[in-house]
Amino acid sequence: MKRIVIIAVLACALPWVMQALDQQFYTSFATRILIYAMAAASLNLVLGYGGMVSFGHAAFFGAGAYIVGILAVEGVTSLWISWPAAIAVAALAALMIGAISLRTRGVYFIMITLAFAQMMYYVFVSLKAYGGDDGLSMPARSTGLGVSLSNDIVWYYLVLALLALILHLLHRLLRSRFGRVIEAVRENETRATALGYPVYRYKLLCFVISGAIAGLAGALIANQTSYVGPALLHWVQSGTLMIMVILGGVGRFWGGPVGAGVLLALEELFSGSPLLGPYSLHWQLPVGAILLAVVLFAPQGIAGAFAKKSQ
Amino acid sequence: MLSLRNLSKRFGGVVAVDGVSLDVGAGEVHALIGPNGAGKTTLIHQISGTLAADAGEILFLEKDITRLPAHRRVAVGLARSYQITSIFRRFSVLDNLALAVQARSGSSFSFWRPVAEETALFEEARLIASQVNLTQKLDAVASTLSHGEQRALEVGLALATRPKLVLLDEPMAGMGPEESKRMIGLIGRIRAEVSVLLVEHDMDAVFRLADRISVMVNGRLIATGFPEQIRMHEEVRKAYLGDELAA
Repeated sequence: MKRIVIIAVLACALPWVMQALDQQFYTSFATRILIYAMAAASLNLVLGYGGMVSFGHAAFFGAGAYIVGILAVEGVTSLWISWPAAIAVAALAALMIGAISLRTRGVYFIMITLAFAQMMYYVFVSLKAYGGDDGLSMPARSTGLGVSLSNDIVWYYLVLALLALILHLLHRLLRSRFGRVIEAVRENETRATALGYPVYRYKLLCFVISGAIAGLAGALIANQTSYVGPALLHWVQSGTLMIMVILGGVGRFWGGPVGAGVLLALEELFSGSPLLGPYSLHWQLPVGAILLAVVLFAPQGIAGAFAKKSQ
Repeated sequence: MLSLRNLSKRFGGVVAVDGVSLDVGAGEVHALIGPNGAGKTTLIHQISGTLAADAGEILFLEKDITRLPAHRRVAVGLARSYQITSIFRRFSVLDNLALAVQARSGSSFSFWRPVAEETALFEEARLIASQVNLTQKLDAVASTLSHGEQRALEVGLALATRPKLVLLDEPMAGMGPEESKRMIGLIGRIRAEVSVLLVEHDMDAVFRLADRISVMVNGRLIATGFPEQIRMHEEVRKAYLGDELAA
């Protein structure tokens, strides 16, 4: 409890500190982390708690982003319309993809979710009316709150508030009856069925909830850069989200947010700074080494390692 | 209570269950014995709904459940345990049992209220725990239990669904004599409330517990009868029991 208060105070103070240091860039960078924290947390719900290794999570993330982008280009800028639409479309996509994919198991599930995500990727690549390969730029960030979201500090606080809300919802969900069943299914699907749980329905609903949250994160990432491109749906994006979850801690509550923070910070550290000099193009190499170390020495992820220490 | 009519299952060219007809009455402990590979576990899978029947029908409480999905069969009062222990290994004993109680008490499509506040679930779970002698181990993580305790939890999970008939697939598998004795005591106690179809290799347990015994060889039932009849049955002795029981 104490730790969460400290995190909240630090998160709230960050824009002011950065302004005082004249480093506003890092406020925007922190916003990006918060958005990916939400996306990674949504993946952790299915991957870590539900035991469903979805390798196509970018589909829902990207779909949410594209809905906001397309609506903005068409003149619908109110977040009261475009964000719920992004969530709904992502949830619907998760319902359809999940309904089919969840009939398979293991490697087949990984492959079929990957295949669906890549199909959606090519749909948006070929969508010439909305930029195709090049993606599309939004005229401005969404409107509807009475304050301009183009102010990066306002934008930061909105994203922070939404992330806090989503994490609270997830926290409740995981302790509810539904959350227990989801974890039970991950532990032992056969036994859960033998206890009388209609396992498929629980998995599908979990998948849809996760997709909806990823859709909201997508709506936010579209606003973050005022740009959406097919790269958001690419399988590399799904892999990035998965790496975040593994780094942070699979099935650990803070796994998604911690992993998103660490991975993006490492990327920033190695690619943007003079740390690697002329080799900064190859920033993935040290990041890969760190990932390897985490998997080998802290299989519970960074959040898991910390939780163990504090016990 | 349970009535199988000409139930069959084949895997490719192998007939695992071949036209089995069997009745388990209310309050009965019915043992199913037979050599390895006779099709006993396949039969249990079919009754519990894990495997579909190729032919024949399954009646439970006079209703045809042949096509009912596995999870719905639990709802009408048919629970099972597994030959190979199937528990939630990373959950505590109490959470294991509470989860089983939760399955039959209200909807679990509930997303907001913490389970921990539902004291009724955990009270019921404690009751089951005392029934299977796990009261001392409530907070232990299931994977840390001894083999015998895990087997007891396995049976506890089946009982926690409040079944009318429980299918126990070799509950004494891998147990030492002490643990077996405890399991025999447990089955002896639950028979007052629930009918049992017991698959077991431990002949001592079978003859001590069973009201009736059916013998399965190569997918077929070759005999059904009271323990004394089975003991004396020529064909059974030849096929399965061996001579040591003839004495």
